[in-house]
Amino acid sequence: MSSSPSLFDPPRAGANTPEFSVFDLSTLIKKTVEETFGLVRVRGEISDCKLHSSGHLYLTLKEGTAVLASVCWRGQVGRLGLRPEVGMEVVCTGRLTTFAGQSKYQLVIDSMALAGMGALLKLLEERKKKLAMEGLFDAARKRSLPFLPRIIGVVTSPTGAVIRDILHRLAERFPRPVLLWPVAVQGEGAAEQIATAIRGFNALDPARRPDLLIVARGGGSVEDLMPFNEESVVRAVAESKIPVISAVGHETDTTLIDYAADLRAPTPSAAAEKAVPVRENLQIQVAEGGNRLIQAIRRLAQDRRERMHLVQRALGDPARLLEPLAQRLDEKTERLERGGQRFLERRAARVAEAGGRLRHPRDLLRLAAQRLTNTDQRLTFACRTFLTPRANRLETLGSVLTHLSPRAVLGRGYALVQNAEGQVITSAAQATTGSRLSIEFRDGKTPVRVEP
Amino acid sequence: MTKSPSSLPADIAALSFEDALMELEKLVKQLEDGKAKLDDAIMAYERGAALKRHCELKLREAQMRIEQISVSADGVVSTKDFTS
Repeated sequence: MSSSPSLFDPPRAGANTPEFSVFDLSTLIKKTVEETFGLVRVRGEISDCKLHSSGHLYLTLKEGTAVLASVCWRGQVGRLGLRPEVGMEVVCTGRLTTFAGQSKYQLVIDSMALAGMGALLKLLEERKKKLAMEGLFDAARKRSLPFLPRIIGVVTSPTGAVIRDILHRLAERFPRPVLLWPVAVQGEGAAEQIATAIRGFNALDPARRPDLLIVARGGGSVEDLMPFNEESVVRAVAESKIPVISAVGHETDTTLIDYAADLRAPTPSAAAEKAVPVRENLQIQVAEGGNRLIQAIRRLAQDRRERMHLVQRALGDPARLLEPLAQRLDEKTERLERGGQRFLERRAARVAEAGGRLRHPRDLLRLAAQRLTNTDQRLTFACRTFLTPRANRLETLGSVLTHLSPRAVLGRGYALVQNAEGQVITSAAQATTGSRLSIEFRDGKTPVRVEP
Repeated sequence: MTKSPSSLPADIAALSFEDALMELEKLVKQLEDGKAKLDDAIMAYERGAALKRHCELKLREAQMRIEQISVSADGVVSTKDFTS
């Protein structure tokens, strides 16, 4: 709309004030605003925050009743160094610009920082809690460091004191192969590079893969150390299969990767000290081990020798040990021999005895003959003993009988008269006439007839 | 101690420095105890001597080679000598 004569416009005070077209005014405002506020730092709380699908980030800063629309273009979002969240107290750096089509102005953010230490620490505390809840800092997750790493991977800036300090300290203690993954340790994209390096080391083929990582950075402001507080970096450290030593800033600085790391070293030099033992000490230790080994085996051998000697002494001279045994053996042998002899003798005696009892038939015959003779003699003797008195008696009796016999008187003139039947005739009556008698005289019989 | 590593028993050659040192110390303690049977003691001594040799070899591998990773645009990881 161009200016026109003030035909419908009643004259007023200050009517000679120049009149702007909306466009002109808008342009002027834009120019004024952008020149005046070409670089501003503005502090406020994020009250609204949207990441558009285009990649641009739209947010609203507020303080009290005032609000400030803000935008962070896609290219800058990744470089902010922090992820804006509603409620964050931030200090944004950028420029103001106007948007004529909507009669609006907004802040185009170049960088953003948490407003004040307190806010930063609060943010870190909350992030730490969240990651701890997930278990990323659990003691059970910690891997033990290799005693003597084969290859040491270092994630740090290739320039500056940190890598030099680490290499120097390693060389002093125990030189080892070192693989450096160069990264930016602050500013834009640092967090991403660090996380990529840690994952990259883990993805290397086993022959080249380090068995220990050092993630290091020198001292700096809290903002400088922020990449080491980034969730992506903390996660990369926690997920690393290779044990990680974190060494960020000075001794008093603590970053979130310190909690996820397997070991936190206060400084990069200290990280190198934790990484490798001192070679000389190990050489001494090994040499001592070797010496003790030799001493021990010598002592052991000496001990056994002494014990053997002791036992030997206790045992005495084997010959002397054997002598009584030999003597006993001799005694036994002798007794055995004697015993054997006696045994044989006894047997022989018994055989002789038995043999003695055993008679030859000839002897038996002889004996039988002897017994026969003997018996015969005894019989003869017995007969004689038996018969002699009887014979004597008989003789006596005979003689008596002879005296008593009638015939005995015959000699003296008596005669014996018998009949034919032999009956003695003792009376004349028996001598009947005519009978035949026999008169016996001393010297014989004479038949007679009784004469009438 | 000029023997080649190949003269070491395979199981010892495969040990890490730390494990070899720990075993050496264990054997030394056992021997110092003096209770082992002589045959066992001699075997322990021989093993200990091999472990010591292995440790010394490991300690001799003290070279400091420093390389730097470089990632090409297509993501291929290679290494080159590091120059600070």
